[in-house]
Amino acid sequence: MKILFLGNLNCIVVIMLNIRLIPTILLKDGRMIKTKQFGAYRDVGNPKTVARMYDAQRADELIFLDITATIEGRHTLLDVIRNVAEECFMPLTVGGGITTLDDALEILHNGADKIAVNTAAVNRPEFLTELAEKFGRSTVVASIDYKKNSDGKNEVFTHRGTYPSGLDPVSWAVEVEHHGAGEILLTCIDREGMMVGYDLETLRSVAESVEIPMVAHGGAGTVQDLVDGIVIGKASAVAAASIFHFTDQSVFKAHAHMKEKGLPVRLI
Amino acid sequence: MIVVVDYGLGNLFSVKKALEALGAPVTVSSDPDVVLAAERIILPGVGAFGDGMRNLKERKLIPALCESVLERGIPFFGICLGMQLLAERGTEYGEHNGLGWIGGAVAKVNIADKGLKIPHIGWNQIIFKKEHHIFNGLKPLSDFYFVHSYEFQPSDSQYLLAVSQYGKEITAAVGRKNIVGTQFHPEKSQDNGLKLLENFISWKP
Repeated sequence: MKILFLGNLNCIVVIMLNIRLIPTILLKDGRMIKTKQFGAYRDVGNPKTVARMYDAQRADELIFLDITATIEGRHTLLDVIRNVAEECFMPLTVGGGITTLDDALEILHNGADKIAVNTAAVNRPEFLTELAEKFGRSTVVASIDYKKNSDGKNEVFTHRGTYPSGLDPVSWAVEVEHHGAGEILLTCIDREGMMVGYDLETLRSVAESVEIPMVAHGGAGTVQDLVDGIVIGKASAVAAASIFHFTDQSVFKAHAHMKEKGLPVRLI
Repeated sequence: MIVVVDYGLGNLFSVKKALEALGAPVTVSSDPDVVLAAERIILPGVGAFGDGMRNLKERKLIPALCESVLERGIPFFGICLGMQLLAERGTEYGEHNGLGWIGGAVAKVNIADKGLKIPHIGWNQIIFKKEHHIFNGLKPLSDFYFVHSYEFQPSDSQYLLAVSQYGKEITAAVGRKNIVGTQFHPEKSQDNGLKLLENFISWKP
């Protein structure tokens, strides 16, 4: 942070990196869906229309996560990303089924800026290194999904929350950083779609264990949850979906609330 | 015709679409002859420094770029890695020579404040160090989107057009004669970014 005195503005201006507010768009077969705890799918619309609205509301970035498992679905994903990137000149992160450098390249060539990898990184952590060497570390996002296991401990799950990995989210976060990830998208499956607030304790444990930025995801239900994710959870950015779909909170209102609470956000 | 140079790295699609949205004639090409015929050149790029230089060499683009930009003075805009490649050398995954069009080196962003995360990702305000045509119509402290862990450290402050603040001053834009480059992504910076690209299109160095 730096305080500047600028004669022409006649005020004190604090310069610092703005907190990012990131709507997430979950995709299945080219449609946008919403889930609860990774289940109970609901179709919530056309991703391009939704992305256009978020762009107009000055969202700071968009994260697309695709859960389609078919080859045809892969082409549909590329179409969606290309369609969005054609008119939304804003940062786009895309994840879902990326297992090779070519998969990543294809997505980047269609307008994405960062690629999110989840299952493939757990299966083969060196994949993160290969991606970082080819595309630069700042292009590589490690997406980590975790929930409480039957022992009551947090455990990382892959394959859209269906396969237990045996990994602890905090130690796995340290490992993905070591392997080349430039950012972590941390999703609490138990809270996803439930609108009960972020898992602040785990967010904070991860944030304090790594030097790369962490995006909080899973559970935001009010604009104050977003602020808590930053202030208490120590996240660099907050991602959310339900709050923008199922409440009257827009990206505008969320930004305004964050600003009111003293967080640096982009001025419109 | 504006030529967006395709060297196998980076988000060419968004740069092309942003220029088209501004009504500019644009083509994406990896053909040295097309680069030689360009009226303006944009070198985008996301990736590692060494890969960037190797890909330019493999496609035999460097002589064409040098002839167009250095000898004929075609307006040139490097974005992110495309800006870093202007330096004399880079240190990402080993030591590599750059194009050397602007004095300086590219090194990892090194900040003392351990509370600040690296990579530097997000919207940050830029502070103009020099007046430049590409900043026309932009308010002081306009926000642009950054995503990087390496930065251009110019050998001489005369090349520094703008900085951002992240624990220390981070190079946001550099320039020399008909060459400009930004660390941030104008093609991803909504209205501010489109304004800056529009300025590049009208720039007559």
